[in-house]
Amino acid sequence: MEARLAHHFRAIETQRQAERFGMWLFLATEVLLFAGLFCGYTLYRFLYPETFHAASAHLDATLGTVNTVVLISSSLTVALAHHFAHQGRSRVAGVLLFVSVAAGLAFLGIKAVEYGHKFEEGLLPGRYFHNEHLKAPGASMFFTVYFLTTGLHAFHVIIGMGVLTWIGVRAWRREFHENHNIPVELAGLYWHLVDLVWIFLYPLLYLV
Amino acid sequence: MSEATPHYLKDGTTIRSWLLTVDHKRIAILYLVSVLVGLLLGGIFAMALRLELLTPGPTIMDALTYNRMFTLHGVTMIFLFMIPAIPSVFGNFFLPIMLGAKDVAFPKLNLLSWYLYVIGAALALWGMIHGGADTGWTFYTPYSTTTPTKVIPILLGAFVIGFSSILTGLNFIVSIHTLRAPGLKWTRLPLFLWSLYGTAVIQILATPVLGLVLLLVAAENAFGFGLFDPARGGDPVMFQHLFWFYSHPAVYIMVLPAMGVISETISTFSRKNIFGYRMVAFSSLGIAFVGFFTWGHHLFVSGQSTFNAGAFGILSMFVGVFTAIKVFNWVATLYKGAISFKTPFAYICGFLYFLVFGGMTGVAVATVSLDVHWHDTYFVVAHFHFIMVGAVMMAFLAGLHYWFPKMFGKTYHEGWGLVAASLIVLGFNATFIPQFLLGNAGMPRRYYAYQEQFQALNVASTAGATLLLFGFVIIAIYLVLAFRFGAPAGDNPWGSRGFEWTTASPPLTENFPGEVEITGTPYDYQENAPSLRITPEVVRGS
Repeated sequence: MEARLAHHFRAIETQRQAERFGMWLFLATEVLLFAGLFCGYTLYRFLYPETFHAASAHLDATLGTVNTVVLISSSLTVALAHHFAHQGRSRVAGVLLFVSVAAGLAFLGIKAVEYGHKFEEGLLPGRYFHNEHLKAPGASMFFTVYFLTTGLHAFHVIIGMGVLTWIGVRAWRREFHENHNIPVELAGLYWHLVDLVWIFLYPLLYLV
Repeated sequence: MSEATPHYLKDGTTIRSWLLTVDHKRIAILYLVSVLVGLLLGGIFAMALRLELLTPGPTIMDALTYNRMFTLHGVTMIFLFMIPAIPSVFGNFFLPIMLGAKDVAFPKLNLLSWYLYVIGAALALWGMIHGGADTGWTFYTPYSTTTPTKVIPILLGAFVIGFSSILTGLNFIVSIHTLRAPGLKWTRLPLFLWSLYGTAVIQILATPVLGLVLLLVAAENAFGFGLFDPARGGDPVMFQHLFWFYSHPAVYIMVLPAMGVISETISTFSRKNIFGYRMVAFSSLGIAFVGFFTWGHHLFVSGQSTFNAGAFGILSMFVGVFTAIKVFNWVATLYKGAISFKTPFAYICGFLYFLVFGGMTGVAVATVSLDVHWHDTYFVVAHFHFIMVGAVMMAFLAGLHYWFPKMFGKTYHEGWGLVAASLIVLGFNATFIPQFLLGNAGMPRRYYAYQEQFQALNVASTAGATLLLFGFVIIAIYLVLAFRFGAPAGDNPWGSRGFEWTTASPPLTENFPGEVEITGTPYDYQENAPSLRITPEVVRGS
């Protein structure tokens, strides 16, 4: 199957350029969406430096690190998928995309385990916070920020998994080759952004 | 074959053909109908407010109803009318035509953006019917997170409409970059498109922050996360920062396209090349850029440091500099032009007047010491209505009258057009000049009752609003009549050099009957040959 030239573009190369450019602009909106929450993190960390430090110690750094490795690996498989789609090996690309989806699933699973621990310990946002070892308001605010940022990120992981599954099925049907691989590239860009957000969240929440 | 192609209004007449269309012109018409519904609703709420303020005590409603009314007035006017009005209606219709293209870069995304708008509007309307919000359109915390009124559906509605706005902006930027016809250099780009480009940058970079903050407020209202709640260690002022980081640039989402409309029309009606093309074009980008660094002027009395307040005040004044550059260039365009005083031109005059006076009061309220006196008074209300309703509405009406013959292929009654324009300019003045005086005398905004000494000016303001209402009713009547019975307009009734006037009225489904090549600027009135050349379609190889 050939990439279809839409009636309003003059050349296929222009159409590709438009599609890539559109995706980059969309990613810019995503960055700004998260930027608001990062501002919130900065502000409250500045207001409650010690409590944030103490609360951060209650996160499971091991699980966080494992999750970081899982997510970065999934970015590698997505990048490889684009490489193989470009070489015309669409089925390999499809398999790699499914591996990435599985990695996303693993990430969410580990995240769910972490969330479970927080629920047991009462490390919850706002009025739900009930933990004796840490003192509100600083600690409850840390977990407000923690749940909001990781929650919004997890939501993006779910969307990304949906997109990768869809593109993966198309790749499995041998749709992509050297002249037609833009969908793989764009889905990959989105997935890389989701990764990138985590790469900022991980040190800010778990390590500092 | 191009001869057989019908114009866009005739290309399918079923409801289905409209609801599933990906033609940018039809989507523009869908938007036109929707934003006019928004304007009608917002206008009804405004009239209710003005009636309530006729007497110092309760007149026709209680305090809570009044609070809901001004919230709904703000929300509908801003999110349902002003933000989409010019970009989504005239932008969608004319951007591809002015590029010499067949459509925007992503036609399906364009339709999706209209559906998002409708879904968002429906959510917000549902919230309005089931109780409405009483927070004002600014949703300030901590009140908005604790109010018992239905604030959540309205927040979510605005959130969804924000995505519609983002998609429109994204589509416009990509289209301008990739769909320019051969020969359409950046320096030949119609100024309306430069202003839409600046607008789109703001839509893309600022709207997500609003989306996030509205979601946070909704979550806070529903679950009590404490993010903006001082009792739980939160900071309500953070809301103000995030909110105004979008909502101040949002003013330029409304004003920049309006300025673009004026750049187009002022050249046409003075039959003269636009003066200082580059200056007008670049100042659009300048406003878009500086607009991101002015939000703090909404927080002068929110405990901001003196240094911040001073810095934001000065940065805000840069907007005045860029605006003044535009105004001087427009006035220089008029100088020695062959002016034809048609209805759109009447609105151009209104626009210049409202923009200059609204802008100057803007510089005044950006001055910290003055703003402390005027903050939260009717002075501020009058200031932003001069810009947002005065200037933006004038440009919307100028564009509507200027492009009506192109969009529908019909002419409206010129005499009634001028009558309505005079009523509207007069009505705006009569409504809002008293509000400047009231604010300066100390009348606070958002109260349903006031002291005796403010009554005379409030009555004057309500009388002005009534004049405005009459103006709009007249416009509605003659435009509907023109749509039904108007004489055929011809392709170029104004004798404009603009690219959009080289196509048929109404335009064909794919805009031009062939491949387009641009050979000049859209403003060069010294030339006789059109700047846009069409060569009949050749069959493209696959």
